[in-house]
Amino acid sequence: MSAQGAGAAATPAPKYTKKDFESDQDVRWCPGCGDYAILSAVQKSMPDLGIPRENIVFISGIGCSSRFPYYMNTYGFHTIHGRAPAIATGLRVARPDLKVFLVTGDGDGLSIGGNHMLHVLRRNVNITILLFNNRIYGLTKGQYSPTSELGKVTKSTPMGSADRPVNPLAFALGCGATFVARTVDRNIAHMDEMLKRAAGHRGTGFLEILQNCNVYNDLAWNVMYDKESRALHELRLQHGKPLIFGPPDARKAVIMDGVLPKVVDAGSVPESALWIHDERNVNAAKLLAGLFAPDFPVPIGVLEEIEAPIYEDVMLQQEQRAISERGPGSIAKLLTSGDTWKIG
Amino acid sequence: MSETAAPATGTKARRELDRAVIRFAGDSGDGMQLTGEQFTTESAWAGNDLATLPNFPAEIRAPAGTLFGVSSFQLQFGSLRVYTPGDRLDCLVAMNPAALKVHLRDLKTGGLLIVNTAAYDKRNLDKAGYNANPLDDPALAERYRLHKVDMTGLTYEAIKDLPLNTKEKDRTKNFFALGLVSWIYTRPLEPTLDWIGKKFAKNPQFAEANTRVLKAGHAYGETAEIFSEHYQIEPAEMAAGVYRAMTGNRALAWGLLAAAERSKVPIVYGAYPITPASSILEELAMHKRFRIRTIQAEDEIAAATAAIGASFGGAIGVTGSSGPGIALKGEAIGLAVTAELPLVIFDIQRGGPSTGLPTKTEQADLMQALYGRNSESPVVVLAPATPGDCFYVAYEAVRIAAKYMCPVFVLSDGFLANGSEPWLIPDPETLPPIDIHFRTEKEGFFPYLRDPATLSRPWVRPGTPGLEHRIGGIEKQDVTGNISYDPDNHDHMVRMRAEKVRRVAQEIPPTTINGPATGDLLVVGWGGTYGSITAAVERAQSDGRSVASIHLRHLNPLPPDLGHILREYRKVLVPEINSGQLVRVLRAEYLVDAVGFNRVRGLPLASEEIYEAIIQLIGSPA
Repeated sequence: MSAQGAGAAATPAPKYTKKDFESDQDVRWCPGCGDYAILSAVQKSMPDLGIPRENIVFISGIGCSSRFPYYMNTYGFHTIHGRAPAIATGLRVARPDLKVFLVTGDGDGLSIGGNHMLHVLRRNVNITILLFNNRIYGLTKGQYSPTSELGKVTKSTPMGSADRPVNPLAFALGCGATFVARTVDRNIAHMDEMLKRAAGHRGTGFLEILQNCNVYNDLAWNVMYDKESRALHELRLQHGKPLIFGPPDARKAVIMDGVLPKVVDAGSVPESALWIHDERNVNAAKLLAGLFAPDFPVPIGVLEEIEAPIYEDVMLQQEQRAISERGPGSIAKLLTSGDTWKIG
Repeated sequence: MSETAAPATGTKARRELDRAVIRFAGDSGDGMQLTGEQFTTESAWAGNDLATLPNFPAEIRAPAGTLFGVSSFQLQFGSLRVYTPGDRLDCLVAMNPAALKVHLRDLKTGGLLIVNTAAYDKRNLDKAGYNANPLDDPALAERYRLHKVDMTGLTYEAIKDLPLNTKEKDRTKNFFALGLVSWIYTRPLEPTLDWIGKKFAKNPQFAEANTRVLKAGHAYGETAEIFSEHYQIEPAEMAAGVYRAMTGNRALAWGLLAAAERSKVPIVYGAYPITPASSILEELAMHKRFRIRTIQAEDEIAAATAAIGASFGGAIGVTGSSGPGIALKGEAIGLAVTAELPLVIFDIQRGGPSTGLPTKTEQADLMQALYGRNSESPVVVLAPATPGDCFYVAYEAVRIAAKYMCPVFVLSDGFLANGSEPWLIPDPETLPPIDIHFRTEKEGFFPYLRDPATLSRPWVRPGTPGLEHRIGGIEKQDVTGNISYDPDNHDHMVRMRAEKVRRVAQEIPPTTINGPATGDLLVVGWGGTYGSITAAVERAQSDGRSVASIHLRHLNPLPPDLGHILREYRKVLVPEINSGQLVRVLRAEYLVDAVGFNRVRGLPLASEEIYEAIIQLIGSPA
């Protein structure tokens, strides 16, 4: 079975409902956690994949988000801190017929597992990565994370953090990711759409989900939660459409001013000067990844989707080529190949 | 070296030897490894038993002429059983002053010393720290049978009409040395001529140059006035069959190929390049036809976890490294312990701690393999005894890992990895079967349901309908596999995981005792010291001493009959290339007063020194 048809079986999947993907385990996140909405959206998105449940695997590392596999009635593996991308890579190399999801967080995926994230993205392993970004370490009770803002005051940084945050989208694009998107835990309709897009991508689908930790970092993404702020800042990316955002009476546009993005009144520029979003334009995606409130809108949607060779596909093609050119291996033949000599 | 006069053949006297130890030494750019390997092939062709010891600097292109840039290749070959590459040299080829300075101390008094005089110029002498040319010191020629040969000049002369530049010509001089030493020990040149033909098939000029230089060296021995005799070593009496030269790392790789073929389950090998384990990855990558999939991972942790991911998917996950890499894999190995997934871990031990001695051998990772993880995380530990044995141990590691659903360590070392021996090729049909059963039966399934004989849990391939389940690193309830923080369950699971590993003892055959079943002294060894220990013990036995030896392949669990065997001897000696690791385990496990013999020099133990330790322990024969 080719990696293209990952998870697809010869026979069509049964007609599932969301309930078919709910496991019998009690969900143990804090009441009010953004993870509940994501879990519900993911369970809801599963029947649409059209993949038999037994061919779906959820892999995770460590952290609040990484408890996710226990709550999915699929195959699942809750592994160790940061290593889920490597586990998933090994799984895909062994089993390219499976549809693999990887659930991680800002600490798991970008701090302790940053190196593995880099390499899974550049290899373009055919998996879907859901990175829950709440800008805080929740499971260890509230230390700052690699996406926390500079100066973040937490238990481990009483006078404010001294390190600048990493931008997950820019990181992914820098690693050569072939699909990069962002959504928000409180925007269910958009999350549904992005889950579908990410899961449908051939190669590594990287989806950042802005997620609320109501216990240790409540409303970190308030810019996207508060109704008024969201109306002012949310920029919905749509392929082939201009970058226009803002309330109906004050529409704004992002345009290029030389080599820099700039916000202008939408009505003040000719149509020809508008920035038309093109998911295939990696360089444009890198600029979009850098935009954020308050000076810029906050882009959500698919920043980039391109095609590139898939690691395990190439590996399997080589294996097939070796077998078709020289036949399957035989240990008996190998043992007696090359220089041998007989005694007695 | 025992010698008997034999009738002269050809123009010069030929003397019979039963064994010889020779070492080629030169700059790392002098091609000493290749020279040694070719001499090894020639000796294997001649039917001798042999053992080799390559020894090279960690630097890829160490500065020419320096002491630390010296590379050497030693082998012992003989008409008798050869257990080790030898302690003291019968013949040393020193291609430059640095090689002489580093290696002369190992040459026997009266031994054959062959030097390339052209390399003994002021510059090289300075680099080696010689104030004066040691070749001019009459004491050298008094103490050794010194042969001063202008190999560089003779090489140039042999190929002066070929359109090669000086550097290219210079690079063939190792084959002059090979040709000369091949003449001295009456080795057939055919294997090397074959090799040249293949290697330089696309470059006939180099083929011609190397052929001429090899033959020039050989002819020099025959015709030059300085060599009055040469040596003959009869074929060794070895078990009948077809043989090949085998190195430890290749044997590990081929053992995996055999296991993949036999089990019909694909193998995924995850590794990060590290000396001296990298050649396993390279070897496996050449054999894609066996459906071996290799992942050169981004780091040691990813190499181990990718292997675990593959095992979760129903393949055999294998990872290989050396000590420093194993340290990084510790947490991942713990995951395989608690997830109860098969994982084979090759540890090609080298000198440490930290970066230590990357290209030198050591046996100091036993404790790391047994205990080098957080909490109670028992694993199976195996160790091959010889390069060829690595094949069987790799195969056995896969068999046990799959049968017991647990990690299995294989402790090889730098000496086994690069060393080679003539290896009797097995019939793969005679290997024990590896029966892997993936559960598909829905009725009564639980992820941690246990087989009553092995205590292993069912292995389910994702993709199996109706058996969807979740596993992980968090403590789980036995049988159901559900997350559990219950104190009694944890205590139960700690014991269960330990008992499962202990049950592997039922796979261990009775221990082979080399010597009397009871007596004054038992020498207990493990891993790559097999040759040195066996040679020393057999020497003590031939002196009439009451000494036996056993060599442990299973280090965890230990053989069930070991406790009984240890008590059958008055004393127990445990030679190891560490500061006393197995000896500590044996003392703790069996309350026996075992003593260690320990040298940690980055080299195999010298047989001579083990022999002396034996004599010291049991004294002179009554």
